Amino acid sequence: MIVAKRKPFEEILQMIDGHRKVLVAGCGTCVAVCLAGGEKEVAVLVAEIDMARRLKNRPIELGQTTLERQCDREYLAQLDGRAESYEAIVSLACGVGIQFLAERFPKIPVYPGVDTCGLAVNQDVGWYEERCRSCGRCVLDRTGGICPVTLCAKGLYNGPCGGTNRGSCEIDPEQPCAWYAIYERLKGQGRLDRIRAITPAQEWRDTVPRTLIQPGYRKPEKAKS
Amino acid sequence: MRLSYPANVKIILVPCTGKVDVMHLLQAIQRGADGVYCVGCLEGACHYNQGNLRCRERVERVREILQEIGLEPDRVRMYNLSSGEAPTFVAYAREMTELIRRLGPNPLKHSKPSIRIEQAA
Amino acid sequence: MMKSGSNLEKILRAGHFAFTGELGPPRGAHAEEVRKKAAHLKGRVDAVNITDNQTAVVRMASWAASLILIQEGLEPNYQMVCRDRNRLAMQADILGAAALGIRNMLCLSGDHCLFGDHPTAKGVFDLDSIQLIRMVKQLRDEGKFQSGADVDGRPAIFIGAAANPFADPFEWRIQRLAKKVEAGVDFIQTQCIYNMAKFREFIRLANEEGLTEKVFILAGITPMKSLGMAKYMKTKVPGMDVPDGIITRLQGVPRDKQAEEGIKIALEQIAELKEMKGVHGVHLMAIEWEHRVPEIAERAGMLPRPVVN
Repeated sequence: MIVAKRKPFEEILQMIDGHRKVLVAGCGTCVAVCLAGGEKEVAVLVAEIDMARRLKNRPIELGQTTLERQCDREYLAQLDGRAESYEAIVSLACGVGIQFLAERFPKIPVYPGVDTCGLAVNQDVGWYEERCRSCGRCVLDRTGGICPVTLCAKGLYNGPCGGTNRGSCEIDPEQPCAWYAIYERLKGQGRLDRIRAITPAQEWRDTVPRTLIQPGYRKPEKAKS
Repeated sequence: MRLSYPANVKIILVPCTGKVDVMHLLQAIQRGADGVYCVGCLEGACHYNQGNLRCRERVERVREILQEIGLEPDRVRMYNLSSGEAPTFVAYAREMTELIRRLGPNPLKHSKPSIRIEQAA
Repeated sequence: MMKSGSNLEKILRAGHFAFTGELGPPRGAHAEEVRKKAAHLKGRVDAVNITDNQTAVVRMASWAASLILIQEGLEPNYQMVCRDRNRLAMQADILGAAALGIRNMLCLSGDHCLFGDHPTAKGVFDLDSIQLIRMVKQLRDEGKFQSGADVDGRPAIFIGAAANPFADPFEWRIQRLAKKVEAGVDFIQTQCIYNMAKFREFIRLANEEGLTEKVFILAGITPMKSLGMAKYMKTKVPGMDVPDGIITRLQGVPRDKQAEEGIKIALEQIAELKEMKGVHGVHLMAIEWEHRVPEIAERAGMLPRPVVN
């Protein structure tokens, strides 16, 4: 799933400093699961903003809502006719949701309440680890199901580099060396031949905004509103 | 043994301190309580194993939030005791009351929040 | 067949035991600092590695310091890391370097930015070191850019790369060397060697795989300046293998004799490396110790350096 981290409170407070009526909008999907921007995090942020502003003798009117998803038009439509009464919106959705919300209400400033951090697995409650950079050219078939783009600090396609340290990455003893892990896994599977051949220079696909249209679908004449 | 504790302490019962949420504590302060404290079982003696430890973490989080918004973190605290320790309960109630007296009233009690829940239609 | 005509290539192809040095460019615009360090190395080594923002700390550009070296009558071994530039910048720099007389190049991944003076910089790593080797070879031998388009004027570059026999997994290090050979590397300079037993094993395997027939291997030597340096290298530098024997030996002499002991260890290593089948030279990385290189070269029996025409 997509993971995000709530921005420091001071930063959010700064963004909305000039506003007197603000809507805080959460998202009920990925950011809710990773405890950054769901219903509960919205409530906490609203309470924080309310108290901080009253303590500064500059009270603020607040609205709070959590949409099922901010990356789907149908759910954003639920705010039609209501969002307009706010001077600004703080969105706790991922970067995708924040932009789609801003696109829906182009006259209202929309501020990010979280920093979107990547595509991660859930190791434990509150503990997430990135696993994919959505590069658009998956090589997991060759690398034993371990992504060198994400998990090698240098994103090497022909690793490991000389900085491998007893199975750890040179950047941090706590960070496993992706290529060490790839080697170990492929060795265990008897498939080391997969990394014996040189992987040629990557033809990057994530350098332009990407549009994805699945087979059997096509771009509508005009996006529905 | 009938012991009296300060009358300003209002007790809210929960099945386990693990039930206490960050928002319960925050809302109490937001609505003007001068202080809130959680009294849980002794650490290591939770019937649900982790309840009082989770409560402590939530209390810590709320204390951080108070710091961030400019209120004294000591308005929210966590205490632990066993159910047979009535005198300790009273001692903690007095300690907390004393502490809050020193901090003075919660400045938020003079104004009200203005928050509207926008229900997803 | 001569590929670049560099002095280093001539020395190696003539079958001489090569001896290369290293010079870190200054953290500023003083050409004089490069010249000063170069003076110690002139006539004592066959080529001098010019590091490229070593340990991810900004320094004078490697190509620029390389040119100063050429002005001083030395031959540079231009280092290039994948961390700081994409394939366009790399190819442009390679063409420019070749046009101005640079004939050797060392292709490296580069230390992570986190180690350096700009830890929040974005590491580029558009290519890795193996892909870089292949790109240089393609420019030189096929006259094609990485994209496949024609190059008008091929860069005559003797292509080098690094190998670390001591990083994990050991068994894979030979395979990775083989990948570099397949990519088209001409010479290898190894990580600093302290664990000679492990290095012997590495070279034995490289001989067995026939790799030492296909690539020149220069063994990396860095004399220990002090016990403190040895301990630091042992515990703090990733991928470095300093056996306890080295530490004990330095501990066994008074503090003011530790540098001399470090040089003695290096000299013993060089003596053994000269006789080791599959080793074609020594790369002396005397870090901020350029002024000791003449003495080390002399005592190692490396002088005078052969001249090959």
